[in-house]
Amino acid sequence: MSAQKAPHPFSKRKSRQAAFESFTTLFFRLATYAVIIAAGYIFFNIAYNGSKAVFMTKAPFINIAFLTQKPQTLHVYEPKEIYDELASIKAEILSSKAKKAALGSGAKTEAAAYSSQIETLEERYETLDEERKEGRLMYSDSEYRALPEPPSEELYAYNNYAYSGGGIGPAIIGTCLLVAGSIAIALTLGVLCAVYLSEYSRPGRVLQLIRLSILNLSGVPSIVFGLFGFGMFVLFFGWGVSMIAGWFTLAIMALPVIITASEESMRAIPKGFREGSLALGASKWTTIRTNVLPYALPGILTSSIMGIARVAGETAPIMFTAAFALRDQLPWEGLTKPTDFFFQGVMALPYHIYVVSAKIPQNEYTRNMQYGAAFVFLFIVGFFALSSIILRVKIRKKYKW
Amino acid sequence: MAQTSTPITTSENSQPPIIEIRNFDFAYGDSQALFDINMDIKEKEVTAFIGPSGCGKSTFLRCFNRMNDLIDIARIKGGEIKISGVNIYDKDIDVIELRKHVGMVFQKSNPFPKSIYDNIAYGLRIQGVKKKSTLDDVVEECLRGAALWDEVKDRLNESALGMSGGQQQRLCIARALAVRPKILLMDEPCSALDPIATAKVEELIHELKKDYTIVIVTHNMQQAARVSDRTAFFYLGKLIEFENTDDIFMNPKNPQTEAYISGRFG
Ligand SMILES: Nc1ncnc2c1ncn2[C@@H]1O[C@H](COP(=O)(O)OP(=O)(O)OP(=O)(O)O)[C@@H](O)[C@H]1O
Ligand SMILES: [Mg+2]
Repeated sequence: MSAQKAPHPFSKRKSRQAAFESFTTLFFRLATYAVIIAAGYIFFNIAYNGSKAVFMTKAPFINIAFLTQKPQTLHVYEPKEIYDELASIKAEILSSKAKKAALGSGAKTEAAAYSSQIETLEERYETLDEERKEGRLMYSDSEYRALPEPPSEELYAYNNYAYSGGGIGPAIIGTCLLVAGSIAIALTLGVLCAVYLSEYSRPGRVLQLIRLSILNLSGVPSIVFGLFGFGMFVLFFGWGVSMIAGWFTLAIMALPVIITASEESMRAIPKGFREGSLALGASKWTTIRTNVLPYALPGILTSSIMGIARVAGETAPIMFTAAFALRDQLPWEGLTKPTDFFFQGVMALPYHIYVVSAKIPQNEYTRNMQYGAAFVFLFIVGFFALSSIILRVKIRKKYKW
Repeated sequence: MAQTSTPITTSENSQPPIIEIRNFDFAYGDSQALFDINMDIKEKEVTAFIGPSGCGKSTFLRCFNRMNDLIDIARIKGGEIKISGVNIYDKDIDVIELRKHVGMVFQKSNPFPKSIYDNIAYGLRIQGVKKKSTLDDVVEECLRGAALWDEVKDRLNESALGMSGGQQQRLCIARALAVRPKILLMDEPCSALDPIATAKVEELIHELKKDYTIVIVTHNMQQAARVSDRTAFFYLGKLIEFENTDDIFMNPKNPQTEAYISGRFG
């Protein structure tokens, strides 16, 4: 029954406003999807490529060596026949491509012939490459040295690649130490500072100015913090390239975020709690300790840990202050006195990723290391973020208003 | 306003006042909020402050336990407030001790987001009392004192925020009682409550009167008439009239008071 319904006062009408409304909605939706797709692609890419390095198809499914060993030189032996054939095919492809490019625009049929030739060559190359991957022998440095004798030079072509074997164990440990230490320092300093700013200082121009400069500090490029840390902690304090210098540099870099967020969380606590507490004869500090900080803690923790996690991914601030590209000993090895622990450089994931992807020649093996390290790093950051969220939910449950 | 005007007091009841206010001037920044107030508040009586919104009742009440210290621009321009004969704005006054002595219940009930037990115990814990048995006793006594014990005795460890509005307000009263103040200030304690909860709080005030001096701000004429012994009428920061409650409601001397009470303005 398609008989027209009688129009009623609320029946839908086409109007410019309605059209505009749906257009804006679509616009917002598209923007959101674009962001989600971009983020999803990045995460998928890292997870997909990284999982090749971190997981295995055989039990125990996790590549323990990758997570625990030091970075090592990778020694690769490829079957000589295949190796040589691959090289010649590659040369042929190149020459065909060059010839094709040299043809004039009139020679359509010849160009097509070259194209199909290149195609078949490339197919051949790929199948051979698969064979090469199956037939090759790979040894990390330690394994290599343990070999009774290296594979014969006649059957195999030999290459070695720096940083492409072993694992990222020391970098994982170093990053965890750096993050934990800088969280401790940044939280202490940041919360003390935020308490003073939000609870004790007199509101006014000066306070506004201080707030503004703290806020602006978070816009300073990380390399500047790195140089500051280098000048201050490494050189002036004479700490050298050390974990403690890295802690302070990272902490200072995270401070603006932490102070701002902590202050916000504290100012969001209703005035009634403070007044109620003071009216019962509590001192100011008691009031803050019992009736402001606990309620502000969820906000402080979440934002702080997020802030640190972000800062922990920066390469620039630790490049000059704390990170070693390669260190043979683990942080607790070879200490002559306990304080040495703080005054040693460590390996760190972000710096390791940087070194592996920018400082050494690229090849298929470094790629594996890069993605593996990035994946593990994402995992660590995710772990910190998750724990902060759990902590927040727990505390929030305890103090809810 | 330099002349020491004789304080407006009521005739009978010969004991010395517990709160004496003399020539009290108070300002927020440049705008003066209280003008030359003189007043005597007697021990173990209920004194009600009434007056139109913005006339300075809360401001005045918060002067008695120096809650106005929290406001940066607040300034005492002159005069003094004495509690038990001591000027509470003297330099050597410990505000913390003063606030233990002068408790306060706020207009908007503000229980802490902790358990009912912890709310009551708070005042003692911050003084360093840790003994469980002492705290238990005080919690029970105060909850009974605030006529709340029977309603909450089975859920002392639940959050105070799960209580009804009326219960929360009585909890705040109980919390204030736990530090054993001499004086209890209440700023519109019933403004957010329904008639039944209001009646309970009023009943409670009647009970508390035996042990405490109570000053209550209210917008509700009937409430002032029901609970208070004396009533003070404020207008634009000035104390207009301060009389026995019966007198002020039956035959107010000042025409402004009369107009306000009979509902012709305010
Ligand atoms: N924190 C403050 N800063 C500046 N001025 C204030 C502040 N608090 C109150 N005032 C001003 O002081 C005057 C008295 O305010 P007060 O809160 O004491 O009135 P009130 O009699 O309690 O009113 P109500 O019945 O609405 O609660 C008002 O004019 C108000 O604007
Ligand atoms: Mg008020």
